[in-house]
Amino acid sequence: MSLDLIFYILGGLTIGTALMVVLSKHPVRSVLYLVLTFFLISANYVMMNAQFIAIVNIIVYAGAIMVLFLFVLMLLNLNKENEPKHSLWMTVGAMIAGGGLFLVLVAAMRDAILAAPMIDENSEKVGLVENLGQVLFTKYVLPFEVSSILFLAAMVGAVLLAKREKQTIE
Amino acid sequence: MLLATLFESGVKIEHYMVLATALFVIGVFGVLYRKNAIILLMCIELMLNAVNLLLVAFSTYFGQADGQLFVFFIMVVAAAEATVGLSILVLLYRNTRSTDIRLFNKLKN
Repeated sequence: MSLDLIFYILGGLTIGTALMVVLSKHPVRSVLYLVLTFFLISANYVMMNAQFIAIVNIIVYAGAIMVLFLFVLMLLNLNKENEPKHSLWMTVGAMIAGGGLFLVLVAAMRDAILAAPMIDENSEKVGLVENLGQVLFTKYVLPFEVSSILFLAAMVGAVLLAKREKQTIE
Repeated sequence: MLLATLFESGVKIEHYMVLATALFVIGVFGVLYRKNAIILLMCIELMLNAVNLLLVAFSTYFGQADGQLFVFFIMVVAAAEATVGLSILVLLYRNTRSTDIRLFNKLKN
């Protein structure tokens, strides 16, 4: 099986599942389709020899973030909620806006002048943990430390928001 | 092995650009179309993933590790964003008993 055939199958499936995320009525079904989309995107990463990012994508997105979404959906008990009717105006407007954005972006990309790919004997190892770790802890060590502060702030914020207030509104 | 052949086997970088753009536009369409706030957050994740896909494609194309590290940082920010966004959503649900965004248009009751 040639590589471009695999690419077309993977890309078509990714777009199909992403569309199902938006179009399916049931929120839980949307979450499950999004998990499937993330797995397909991970398959795309493996195709591009980015193994570390592929595994991290599965662990962080499909594993952690989507389970969080699923937990919130179950907690809020939205399963019986029926989606309100979409007005025709909103549907048509969203389709026009999305399609227009797609056309403009693709048209802008057609004019882009791209340099030739740089493939040498080292480029196979770019996506491996060893190489990424070396760049992360030398060139990008400051953003790495700053992201830990971001996580601390997010954690404090989540705890503070989830704490039940003494005097409730009304 | 795989890398040396992927961008020489008829798969061009333009293909990945169109794929990432399509995913991003599906996310935009979802944000405009859906009314459920949880689905809106999921569509934002979809848009972030489209950008990640393009970054990894160019990182592989140019043989540089920087793009993949950007993806790493985007994942960090997305995880923090999802946590805080969902906890805000739970608080809003406590007040309004719904996740319909049309009920959230007032900051003060």
